[in-house]
This record gives sequence, C-alpha cells and structure tokens, in this order.
Amino acid sequence: MPTIPILTIRNLSAVFPNENGGLHALDNISFDVHPREFVCVLGPSGSGKTTLLRILAGLISPTSGSFMFGHGEPPSTGMVFQQANLMPWRTVIENIKLPLEVKQVTETDARLKAREMIELVGLQGFEDSLPRDLSGGMAQRVAIARALIHDPDLLLLDEPFGSLDAITRERMWNELSHIWQMRQKTVVMVTHSINESLFLADRVLVFTQRPGKVKLDLKVDLPRPRGDDIRYTPQFGKLARKLRSAIE
Amino acid sequence: MNPNLVRTLSRNGSRNWLGLISIVLGLFVWHLIARYAGLPNFILPSPLSVWTRFLKALGDGSLLYHTGITLLEIVLGLLAGAITATLVGYVLAKSRPLERVLSPYIVASQAIPIIAIAPLLIIWLGGGILSKVVICALIVFFPVLVNTIVGVRAVPTVLYDLMNSIHASRAQILWKVEVPASLPVFLGGLRVGATLSVIGAIVGELVDAEEGLGFLLQVGDFQYDTPMVFVAVFMLIVLALMLYGIVILLEKRFLKWQEKI
Ligand SMILES: Nc1ncnc2c1ncn2[C@@H]1O[C@H](COP(=O)(O)OP(=O)(O)OP(=O)(O)O)[C@@H](O)[C@H]1O
Ligand SMILES: [Mg+2]
Repeated sequence: MPTIPILTIRNLSAVFPNENGGLHALDNISFDVHPREFVCVLGPSGSGKTTLLRILAGLISPTSGSFMFGHGEPPSTGMVFQQANLMPWRTVIENIKLPLEVKQVTETDARLKAREMIELVGLQGFEDSLPRDLSGGMAQRVAIARALIHDPDLLLLDEPFGSLDAITRERMWNELSHIWQMRQKTVVMVTHSINESLFLADRVLVFTQRPGKVKLDLKVDLPRPRGDDIRYTPQFGKLARKLRSAIE
Repeated sequence: MNPNLVRTLSRNGSRNWLGLISIVLGLFVWHLIARYAGLPNFILPSPLSVWTRFLKALGDGSLLYHTGITLLEIVLGLLAGAITATLVGYVLAKSRPLERVLSPYIVASQAIPIIAIAPLLIIWLGGGILSKVVICALIVFFPVLVNTIVGVRAVPTVLYDLMNSIHASRAQILWKVEVPASLPVFLGGLRVGATLSVIGAIVGELVDAEEGLGFLLQVGDFQYDTPMVFVAVFMLIVLALMLYGIVILLEKRFLKWQEKI
C-alpha cells in the first residue's frame, strides 16, 4: 500500500519483572499498519498478544522500542478486552454509553446512539438488564457495542468473539466487516481462529511462542465481500494451511 | 449487630406476624414477672409503669429534648467521623507507603478502649456537646476507614484499563468507577459505624453531661427512677435502629445491582 502507515511499530519489547530476570512477553516486534487495514494477530497462549494491544492502547509502556501513530498523537481508540469487562452496577445501555459520557456528550444523544448500537449487536429488549443477567456472549456483545459507540479510528479487539456461539459469531463477523468498510476504521484484532482471521483480515500476523516474535506476516488477498462459501475455495484452503503450519 | 441477622429479621417482619406476636408475648412475660416476682418497682418496673413514665417525659418535653441532644451528637459525630475516614481511607488506599507509615498509629489508636480516653477528651474539650461529637467521631472513624481502604483496593484493575483506554480523567475514574465499585464494602463499614456512634455518644454522656439520654439514664439511676432508665434505654434502641435503617435504605437504593432480592 502506498499510504503512510497509521501505526509504526519498531523493535517493541515487553519484559515483566519477576524473580528470575524478567518475563519476556514480546521480543523485538516490528510491523506497520496502514489506514483502513484490518490486521489479525494469531499466536499461542502467552505469546504476548494481549500485551501488544495494551501497549497500543497506552495502558502500559513497552520496555524498549517504539510505536508511533501516523498523525503524531494517539487516535481515538475502542478496545474490546478478552473478558467483557462490564460495570456490574450499570445496565446494558449505561455500559454502552460510557465512552460518550466520558466525552461529555449530552445524555439524550448518548442514549440515542446507544440504542443504535444495541440494535447493531442484537440486544434489543435487554437495554435495562444488568450484566449479571446476561450470558457470556451477550456480555461480550455489549463490550463490542461499547467499543464502537464513539466511532473510534483504531479498534483494538482482544478475542472479541471467543465466547460467542457459532451463529452469533458469524453474524458478528459480517457486522464487523460491514462497520469496518463503512466507517473507514483500522482494526488490530487478536484471535485464536484461523477461519476468523481469514474471513476478516487483510493481513494476518502469526506470533511465536513466548517471547512473542512475528513469525509470519501473511497477506490475505481474498476478494471482498467474503461470503460464507469463501472457506470452500482453494485460495482460502491454501492460506489456512500456511497459517496452520506457522502456528504448529 | 450482625447485619445478616437484622436484615433477615426485618425482611421476615413485614411478611408474617410472628415477630409482633413474639414482642407482645415478651411484654406479657415481663408484666407477669414484674407483677408476681415480688420485686420492688425500682428493681424491675412493670411495662405499664415504664409506659406511664414515657408518656410523662414526653408530655413535659424533657424526653424529646434529651433525645434531640443525643441525636445531634450522634449525627454530627457520625458525619465527622465518616467523612474524615473516607477521605483518609481513599488517600491511604492509593498510597501504600503512606499506609505503612500511618498504620502503626491507626492500629494503636484502636487498641485504646474509647471508654478509657473519654474522660480525657472531656477534660480537654469540656462537658458540652463537642466532646461527645469527638468521641463519637473517633469510634466511627476506624470501621469506615478500614472499609474504605478495602473497598477502593478491591476495584478491579480491568476497569481502570477500560477507563484509561477511553482517556477518562481522574475525576471521571473516581466517580464512575471507584465510588460505585467500592460502595458495597464502604456501606458495610458505615453500617458498623452507625451502630457504634450511639455507643460513642452515650459513653461521653455517662462520663459527664448536663443533657442527653446518657444524662437521663444517670439521673434516673441516682433517683431510683428505674422506669426512666428503661425509657432512656428504649429511646437509645430506637435511635440505633433508625440509623441502622437509614444505612440499609442506602444499600437498598444504591446496591440494587448487587443481589437478587
Ligand atoms: N501485568 C503483567 N505482569 C506480569 N506478567 C504479565 C503481565 N501481563 C502479562 N504477563 C505475562 O506475559 C505473557 C504474555 O501475556 P499475554 O496476556 O500478552 O498473552 P496472550 O498472547 O494474550 O495469551 P492468551 O492467548 O492466553 O490471551 C504471559 O506469560 C503473562 O503471564
Ligand atoms: Mg490474551
């Protein structure tokens, strides 16, 4: 792509202090993300995927190396955490409008927008439910709606569909690629699923065992929109095999 | 008071008549003992004479006046103690070094029985309301402090991550995460504090006072006016239950999300 990267990551390492000389979570990671690109990160458990997202969201600092955003300052970010991470004292709609509250959007506008998001993730009728009354998958959908509501430029998704049933998951894939195409977002998404990454991504990065390094940077040149049948094409099969052998 | 016990009692109380019957039965047994045990009135007054004494004290305005004084001491002491404890607790929860420096003093202060220093406080602050308010505040301070620290420390770090990822301000993190997340534990401390505050005020008044329910207790005691002592004790129970009820109401109002009732 000829564009300037929206995100430039150079020699990024993360070491967590522990008794025996520190735990290396990420080792010398370098890659670029271009505007509107959809990047998936695959890798074994403990390979530093969550750590990478936390660094990009500004929650922790890398031990060494750098990451830079295209416009200098960090873009507005929406993050979906590995666990839904809802506030138990807030209802569904109150949880979803939190980012707008923080941006001090008026209450009426925030509620209006939140209702839109509730429809998007298919939670109509649960607006006023508390998190304790939701299933794991429903809670995760609330978290996704919350991450999207303030229309962020950069989406950081940490296994957002891990706890969804197969049908909802595929519906969410379609919704997400739709949102991504409509709203010109850049996405970095961690996943464990090869299918998911090939269905959604422009590029898939495969991380090694801890400490995480980029083992494979695979371009996914499947045509869009990617319907359900895409997984039966030879091209899809070829990419899936490449990913599988990289993951071991 | 055991919170669960009181909650169970108050919950069932509204649903069946057993509690009421039990109280009536208790009064009746008391009446029988007072009547037939041959004890003089100043040892065990009958329920009826306590009731008469209550009406008399109510009629001449003295009961309301003294109850009002004690209530004022309790409310001021509770507010002062709880507010300071909340502020100090928040700071200590946020700073482990500061907590380490101050905790020996805080723990030591708890080892001193309040009854032992009440006379000292009255020497320093005089026999008026102020000394009782301070005693009350001191006794309330500790449970609220501890629960504030525990409550704030227990706020899940993932919620801080969430707030930071959407660039929330310190104030927004405080009001949208820390306050609601620590409220259940905090209110638990306040519940204990509310009960203790009644004890604090009475301890102060028993040491030296010209007014208040503790004063009434003592006057009744000196004058062998035992029905008056009973009236004062019952008023104290009413005050304690009232304060307790207010905290329970706060819990019902703010912790609806927590339990299925
Ligand atoms: N705050 C922390 N303190 C200490 N060690 C940490 C911390 N966060 C992560 N680690 C360690 O860093 C390593 C990488 O963790 P990370 O959560 O990034 O893995 P992951 O790739 O997301 O794994 P999974 O697929 O299981 O979610 C792990 O060994 C983990 O124990
Ligand atoms: Mg992870």
